[in-house]
Amino acid sequence: MKIVVCVKQVPDAKDVRLDPKTNTLAREGVQSIMNPYDRHALEEAVRLVEQYGGEVVALTMGPPQAAEMLRDAVACGADNAVLVSDRAFAGADTWATTYTLSRAIRTIGGCDLILCGKQAIDGDTAQVGPGLAWRLDLPYATYVRKVVDCSAEGLTVERLMDDGYDEVILPLPALLTVVKEINEPRVPSLKGKMKARKLQVTVLDAAAIGADPACIGLAGSPTRVVKVFSPQLAGDRTMITGTVEEQAAQLAEKMEALL
Amino acid sequence: MDYFLTEEQQMIVDIARQITEEKIIPQRAELDEKDEFPTDILKAIAKADLFGLFIPEEYGGFGGGCFENVLALEQLGRGCVGVATSFAASALGAYPILIAGSEEMKAHYLPIIATGEKRAAFALTEANAGSDASGIQTTAVLDGDEWVVNGTKQWITNGGEAQIHTVVAMTDRSKGARGATMFVIEDTDPGFSFGAKEKKLGIRASSTRELIFKDCRIPRDRVVGKVGSGFITVMKTLDLSRPGIAALGVGLGQAALDEAVVYAKQRVQFGKPIISFQAVQHMLADMAIQVEASRALVYAAAKHIAAYPKDMSKASSMCKVMATDMAMKVATDAVQVLAGYGYMREYPVEKMMRDAKILQIYEGTNQIQRNVIGQELNKEYNK
Repeated sequence: MKIVVCVKQVPDAKDVRLDPKTNTLAREGVQSIMNPYDRHALEEAVRLVEQYGGEVVALTMGPPQAAEMLRDAVACGADNAVLVSDRAFAGADTWATTYTLSRAIRTIGGCDLILCGKQAIDGDTAQVGPGLAWRLDLPYATYVRKVVDCSAEGLTVERLMDDGYDEVILPLPALLTVVKEINEPRVPSLKGKMKARKLQVTVLDAAAIGADPACIGLAGSPTRVVKVFSPQLAGDRTMITGTVEEQAAQLAEKMEALL
Repeated sequence: MDYFLTEEQQMIVDIARQITEEKIIPQRAELDEKDEFPTDILKAIAKADLFGLFIPEEYGGFGGGCFENVLALEQLGRGCVGVATSFAASALGAYPILIAGSEEMKAHYLPIIATGEKRAAFALTEANAGSDASGIQTTAVLDGDEWVVNGTKQWITNGGEAQIHTVVAMTDRSKGARGATMFVIEDTDPGFSFGAKEKKLGIRASSTRELIFKDCRIPRDRVVGKVGSGFITVMKTLDLSRPGIAALGVGLGQAALDEAVVYAKQRVQFGKPIISFQAVQHMLADMAIQVEASRALVYAAAKHIAAYPKDMSKASSMCKVMATDMAMKVATDAVQVLAGYGYMREYPVEKMMRDAKILQIYEGTNQIQRNVIGQELNKEYNK
């Protein structure tokens, strides 16, 4: 089974600052880490390959320095790493990103399964996983908390819901986005780190993936950030005081008034 | 301070530190509270390839030596000496095979120890044989193609959690120390059982039990080295392993210092953080000096003994004494800096103080280490 894991470099949440002028994330000088949900996706891919055989390819779109994160992915068990990198990709929103990633996956010969984190902790959109599945015309399941079984019939997974879980069977190839409950990611191994040090990261530019210039980067992104602001908390607030019984009575009165 | 580690050595430090931060620190208080063996953490350490650091590459290890093991143990010891002891004890159990085992024995056991698939344990101590190893009562008698082992080993680290045990037994009591032989005994060998788990002051995540041999029969080829060479193997094993215990002391000392400094910066009394008071500053300064000096000696000794020099025992004992006495002192001072809070279980320093004590006792008490150093000095100055 060939599994592609989409991983993203994000600013370390322990070190987040906002640019006071633009209200956007200050990325300059901020430590980058692998998106925490993607670590869980990578771990699941490595476990599946340990169980069923195959290979894990870590894939990212990003600047050249994202190669470091791909080395971390290899140290944690990925077999190969692909970096999709080109100045022309800059400014991509999720629409252009899914286009670019889908072209890259086609370029490396496709795969049997794609794993993504449920969302990235910087943009928080949770759109890239499902968007990528749509681009590649694959069945997908989001918020996967467990891979129950992998058979000829397909992949049986559990999706984490607010009130329990859904069990879903997907024919392969397919795409999953995973939640952190799915596993506990391993730390890198010594052999993995040695391998990562020697690894040649495959770099694909816009031409290599045969990308239409109109579909990538800022040009391919319909999203425009018009304004970034902190919402005002303007709701009316009333403090209810007194004994527990008095507070309960007052609350009940207010609720009844609303009905 | 920068110790100019190689890229590979830095990798070992980084991996062990990540295990400490992500796996050990979040769990250490609970493991201590419940006397729970850290099976999952040891699996994570195994997956990270750290069990084979000191094992040659031809047996599936990393091909490092005492120093590489020391680097890992220092970081793990910073998290929890109980967990780190369970890890270190496997190396202690494997050293006799590495030092004196036959080619077949090494090829059979070292690869499964290197991957962490099986854990090892070392069994020397008995009720009447601790510092004085000549009091060993356990015997092994050859009967046809099998050795029959009888006796009880006491306070064995990894007891009940290891599969491969290197055990010292008397094969000829009339020869004294030269009548001791080292054997490999597996957990599945008939006649081998474990005593109850001991209740301890500290390192409560580690398992300490008796190994009980009642007409335990093992194949003839389980002798490590030669019959009668058991004590020499024991001495060489302990020379190699003691810097590891010293490294646990350095890790624990560093952790206690870190806790004390962080606390002293945030604790306000008389309108100021207590770190601004010289009485506290001087305590912290003395702690930092002792930690760094111990680290420097442990690293130097671990590198020095890699070539099995003649004064190996002295170097090994010196670093063990210095770093473990330091750990006890620094942990005690950290509790003092945190004062009332330090005495409470919500903060980790009381556990560090409890854990530190064993470092001065196991793998040869610090008094025995001073004997070794003194005897070596006596010999050196005879020349």
